[in-house]
Amino acid sequence: MATRRAPSKAQVRRQQMQSAALYPLDWLEERSGLVGGVKYFLFRKVPGDTNWMQTLGSATLTAFLVQALTGVILAMFYKPTPHDAYSSIQNITDHVTMGWLVRGMHKWGASVFIILMFLHMGRVFLFGAYKYPRELNWIIGVLLLASGMAEGFTGYLLPWDQTAYWASVVGINLNGTAPFLGPFLAQFLRGGQEIGADTLTRFYSLHMLVLPGAIAALIGLHLYLVIRLGVTSPPWSKEAAGMERADAPLDVRKGLTPEPGGSE
Amino acid sequence: MDPENEPLHDEQLPGPTLWPAGFAIGVVVILVGLIIDPKVISTIGGVIAIVFGALWTREATAEMRRRVAPVEPERREAAAAPATAAVADADSAERYPRSKFLESATIGLGGVIGGILTVPVAGFAILPAFLGQKGHRVDLGPITDLAQGQWYIATFTVDPAEAETSRRTAFVRNNGSVTIGGQQVPSCTIISNRCAHLGCPVQANGPTGAILGQKNVVEHTANGEIVLRPVLPAGFGCPCHGGQYDTEGNRTAGPPVRGLDRYSFELKDGHLILLSTYSVSHVDGTGAQAKIHKYKETGPGEHVDGWEQILYPLNPPHH
Repeated sequence: MATRRAPSKAQVRRQQMQSAALYPLDWLEERSGLVGGVKYFLFRKVPGDTNWMQTLGSATLTAFLVQALTGVILAMFYKPTPHDAYSSIQNITDHVTMGWLVRGMHKWGASVFIILMFLHMGRVFLFGAYKYPRELNWIIGVLLLASGMAEGFTGYLLPWDQTAYWASVVGINLNGTAPFLGPFLAQFLRGGQEIGADTLTRFYSLHMLVLPGAIAALIGLHLYLVIRLGVTSPPWSKEAAGMERADAPLDVRKGLTPEPGGSE
Repeated sequence: MDPENEPLHDEQLPGPTLWPAGFAIGVVVILVGLIIDPKVISTIGGVIAIVFGALWTREATAEMRRRVAPVEPERREAAAAPATAAVADADSAERYPRSKFLESATIGLGGVIGGILTVPVAGFAILPAFLGQKGHRVDLGPITDLAQGQWYIATFTVDPAEAETSRRTAFVRNNGSVTIGGQQVPSCTIISNRCAHLGCPVQANGPTGAILGQKNVVEHTANGEIVLRPVLPAGFGCPCHGGQYDTEGNRTAGPPVRGLDRYSFELKDGHLILLSTYSVSHVDGTGAQAKIHKYKETGPGEHVDGWEQILYPLNPPHH
């Protein structure tokens, strides 16, 4: 057993530096518990045999973040009026520094986002990861898919060229063919009886405020449930083999319904 | 006792005080005074700020000057009885009527505030799309400029203020006049180019203008420049999904669910004025003798006759 030696001057100095550097984090942790929360999120336990396919959800999240970021920048240059929309898109593409790149990222990233959502959905389906107790997360995922598709639909009109205009005419009128409420939905989307300036600003507002807000909130719920319920093992997992069922943790299962005949 | 619930030590909490509020009001009065009346109002604000600031400082430093302000310690009821007892106790609901009242008052007030905020916002978001949709009048110029029996492709802006966004196309044929009840009434066939499938622009299938050896008719009216291109159509066709129509707008092939919409019209001072559109299931006969099966203006893709029309019992208001 080594004898305890008084720490050298350099060691003391390093310790002081360390605690000084960590002080802001301590300050934050003491007042918010955020540091512990982030640590819990990053270092939580996952099954040992998780698969690369299980990174598709993170990939989808990344694609959404790229869309959000590039979208914010595009909104600084885009003008949602019938007179200016197309020329501002041309300006972004041809004249604004790196505008072609940001617009390209947003345009192609939109497809990437949708494709990744479907791949992620397929993974969850094939792994059976939608089963108890994760049904609600599947439902939230479906809402995210619908919101993502609506983002695609509303974003398609914004360049305000012939393709965008007529595709939106057809898309809106398709909504109108739904029984009962369809005609009302179509007229709401148009902002009137004909596609015009109101349609463009309406789609712009939906595309950059309403739908991204909804998607961000739903992603928050989605992640919360992922953290709360944990990650599923792949179907071929040896680790999980033979277990009765990958039940939710005990404290999760304790619901609002009383235990049969039990008193706590 | 649970360490989390242990009250903080009294000396860490300053006593309740109003002085900072008075100080803040003084500062606001100074700022308002700078705009309205720097001499009088700002001075008043300055006095308020100084007085309250001094009182605040005095109180805040009282401890350092060893004159602790007496602070009434907060008293709390003992923690509620264990849950089992509460469930068993039938009187428990009666024992806390005030908390129940406060609970429902909070929820109720929240609901009222939510409603007050939501109704105008939701109304603003939804209603303009349905209300105050005004009809339009489009002046196509003197009807005598249109040769009788000749089809024209008319392009015009419905609302010059909206410019190109409101550009529409109609197929116009002057049928001359027809005798109704012993009176000579002008007759025109004016077909909207909005496809009855999903609203794409329908084209005339046939030679136009120069090929026919005819010149475009150009009118300048209240709706700006109107161009009427002569055309000899064998029918009308949609480029999007292949819907086909005959020259009366009857569907002959493809996915459309009814015939092409038509414009109602009137003659004013010899000018042909296009009014609102209406939907048509089909047309019997041709030209001035045509019998038009007319329906209220309906969106593309919606049935106006047959059993399918029951899928669209309601329709948004139209002009």
